[in-house]
Amino acid sequence: MPLYETHVGMECHAELLTESKMFCGCRNEFGGEPNTRTCPVCLGLPGSLPVFNKKAIEHVVRTALALNCTISLHSVFHRKNYFYPDLPKGYQISQYGNTPIGVNGWLEIEKPDGTTKKIHITRVHLEEDTGKLIHSDGAGYSVVDYNRSSVPLMEIVTAFPPDIESAEEARLYAETLRSILIYLGVSDGKMEQGSLRAEPNPSVRPVGSDTFGTKTELKNLNSFRSVQRGIEYEAQRQIEVIESGGRVTQETRGWDDEKGISFSQRSKEVEQEYRYFPEPDLIPLEFDPEWLESLRAELPELPNAKKRRLMEQYGLPATDAAQLVLERETADYFEQAARGVKDTKAVANWMLGDLARLANASGLAIHAAPIPPAALAEMVGLIESGAMTGKIAKTVIEEMFATGKSAPQVVQEKGLTVSGADEVAGIVAKVVAANPDVVAKIKAGNDKSIGFLVGQVMKESKGRAKPDDVNRLLREEMDKL
Amino acid sequence: MELYTLSARELADKIQAREVSAREVTDAFLACIERVDSDVRAFVTVTAQQARAAADAVDARLAAKEEVSSLAGVPIALKDNLCTTGVETTCSSKILRGFVPPYNATVVEKLSAAGAVSLGKATMDEFAMGSSTENSGLFTTRNPWDLTKVPGGSSGGSAAAVAAGEAPFALGSDTGGSIRQPAAFCGLVGVKPTYGRVSRYGLVAFASSLDQIGPLARTVEDAALLLSVIAGHDPGDSTSVPRSVPDYRAALTGDIKGLRVGIPKEYFAEGIATDVREAVTRAISVLEGLGASVGETSLPYTEYALPAYYIVAPAEASSNLARYDGVRYGHRTRNAQGHIDLFEKTRDEGFGDEVKQRIMIGTYALSAGYYDAFYLKAQQVRTLIKQDFDRCWENFDALITPTAPSAAFGIGEKTDDPLAMKLSDICTIPANMAGIPALSQCCGFTESGLPIGVQLMGPPFSEETLLRLAHAYEQATDWHTRRPSLDKK
Repeated sequence: MPLYETHVGMECHAELLTESKMFCGCRNEFGGEPNTRTCPVCLGLPGSLPVFNKKAIEHVVRTALALNCTISLHSVFHRKNYFYPDLPKGYQISQYGNTPIGVNGWLEIEKPDGTTKKIHITRVHLEEDTGKLIHSDGAGYSVVDYNRSSVPLMEIVTAFPPDIESAEEARLYAETLRSILIYLGVSDGKMEQGSLRAEPNPSVRPVGSDTFGTKTELKNLNSFRSVQRGIEYEAQRQIEVIESGGRVTQETRGWDDEKGISFSQRSKEVEQEYRYFPEPDLIPLEFDPEWLESLRAELPELPNAKKRRLMEQYGLPATDAAQLVLERETADYFEQAARGVKDTKAVANWMLGDLARLANASGLAIHAAPIPPAALAEMVGLIESGAMTGKIAKTVIEEMFATGKSAPQVVQEKGLTVSGADEVAGIVAKVVAANPDVVAKIKAGNDKSIGFLVGQVMKESKGRAKPDDVNRLLREEMDKL
Repeated sequence: MELYTLSARELADKIQAREVSAREVTDAFLACIERVDSDVRAFVTVTAQQARAAADAVDARLAAKEEVSSLAGVPIALKDNLCTTGVETTCSSKILRGFVPPYNATVVEKLSAAGAVSLGKATMDEFAMGSSTENSGLFTTRNPWDLTKVPGGSSGGSAAAVAAGEAPFALGSDTGGSIRQPAAFCGLVGVKPTYGRVSRYGLVAFASSLDQIGPLARTVEDAALLLSVIAGHDPGDSTSVPRSVPDYRAALTGDIKGLRVGIPKEYFAEGIATDVREAVTRAISVLEGLGASVGETSLPYTEYALPAYYIVAPAEASSNLARYDGVRYGHRTRNAQGHIDLFEKTRDEGFGDEVKQRIMIGTYALSAGYYDAFYLKAQQVRTLIKQDFDRCWENFDALITPTAPSAAFGIGEKTDDPLAMKLSDICTIPANMAGIPALSQCCGFTESGLPIGVQLMGPPFSEETLLRLAHAYEQATDWHTRRPSLDKK
């Protein structure tokens, strides 16, 4: 069997965070009592006309700029014509052809080995979402909810030939894209609610082949994990089809996350006839280059740039920085906590270690934990100044998380003050006296055994002894013998 | 003097002077409808009750000495493709039977704000596709000047209603001549405004890039009065133009000295009936006599306007009419197996032949592999037609042509000859393709007593010039004073 390589094109749809829908004043919100957020425009009633939502356009322009796209100064909308009960006008207003809002951009993913890769993006365009069909089993009919009809939807499509060469890269692409969209405030990125939808188009070919294999399109991927699993499964399935002498069918396949399989939904062998033509009810968008520049200037620092800066400015390792920038608020939390702290690396460690664990257990994001950044900074400061040991801090942070109290308060109330050197010296003497066999081993040259004595001292002091003190005093005590 | 013979302006004056009540005026027109509409068949829906209530409201305001607007108490007929809250809006199509819009078209709102009283909804060719109202999915309207003739179309109901005295004026819509051609056939003034001058919000779309709403009236002054009310930018219609609206009546000065009027020779070619050609030629002489300077000009791309129109309009229509699928409103088939079947049967049962034919043509023209050859090419032709006109505006303030190649034809005369039917729009289509304003008015009668129309076209937003020319002509002639004699029959 030859070796196969996988290529993946990605189509991502993001519902935009706007107050109102794309072409009318109805509220843009998830869910709700069916058909309560509708009007003549989003119901496509005869005679109704669409009017642009400027905020949605701005969101797409900002996204396109953040994805390093060229902006089409003259951008046209089209009608995509097809019949379906969830499509009230019989066409979707979308952007077709070579004048979507953004063209020819890229984003950079970082792989676990620390290398980066540019993923090219061919287009970023704006369209409207459809309503939702609700099938009631056995009723003999389906009903439609148009609350989602005409919600602004952004589509981001990767370039051909595809840069993405594995399921993992596809997942990283989706994750990176999501974090950019969230940084920009244009999408809430909720894959499980469908506000961010990733539709990978994987294909396989034998290594060395210069033509791409037939691609399939995967739908219903409701998490990053299922993006990766879905592509892995689908690539393997395609290889098996080819190896057994078959031919991969161009089709849309659904992903069943529970069973871990993809299944055929709709053939795409015959190209759908959408009869695109320019939407005559809307005038083309004309962008003022100055306005574009002002939007560009106001773009927030994006995850990659922020990551690089955190590494440089705070001396963080790449893995820590990458985790901190996943969400903008987490990075903000870190920067606030690192203010006035010398050991900024320790701040990151506490955040990504104990704080993340505690927050996770309560279903909270790090930045939403009941420990404000300044309180964490204060805690790290206590360790830095020698007023508290790291060991004690582990107890302290749990208490801080549970009660919202500050580190000094907890230390005070729980009597967790650091033991003085005299007190430690007493404990050391006691431990040495109680463990003559271990002392003998050390004396005989088994240096490692000193760790046991250190542990005993720490245990005896209930973690309040400073490790420096313990090591120094133990050495001194041994030397005396 | 019967109230229903008065012009809208005269009625407005009398109502505001309280010489007559709004209720009496409305009742007079409702009585006329009662008397003649069984012959003319101009109305799909007569909203007598709502009309009387609206008239009473105007009277109450007048009695309370409150300020009233320009059209207070003046009745009007609305083409049945204008959405009206709570009143069935059918587009004369079976597929929209039972559709009661929950909102008013912007023009209907504006009329209501101006105090106008809607009498009801006028017949049309189904979805405005046709030139005679014979394509109505409900029934055919008859020409009040001769009940065996068509009133023109597609705003045939609106035109017939005004000509028959069932309404002092009416709103129509014009995609390829649908206001002007029936105005010509019924001896009225009809104005197709510049594309973007009047909001299309609430006008059930036929061909979005061509449709405009406009007035049908018996006098130029009434048309100007109505246009002043309905024109203007609408934030609900992205294609409406943010430009202030002049008082069009103020343009009717009678002075047309020095206005340059061009005669495009292509509009007087073969196919134009002799009586039409002669009447228009006489009208040109009248304008010349009034001080206009007249000269021949040429619009070489004219012959391509009609074929290009019959790509663009059906293409847009095929998309605009996709929403009639039986899912949300209007007709729904009773025996569907699944959603595709529901779409197919609903549309098969609901649409008439002409509509189906145009949907098929439009679908074909937009299909992959044909788009460039048809739709794109037609849009390029459209640009050339616009440029043709633009060159004319360097030398002329307006152009004068026949409105239609002939006077009204007989009911059934052209139904088997679709090409002949479509050729009746040959003089009116170019203005829609170029988006320019155009006006038709009566310039004489055939030997058999049928009205003949003359058309004026001008550069974008030159409605004032067109109205001024038409008004001056009207003042110098008396065609507009003639009335069909329906009561004899």
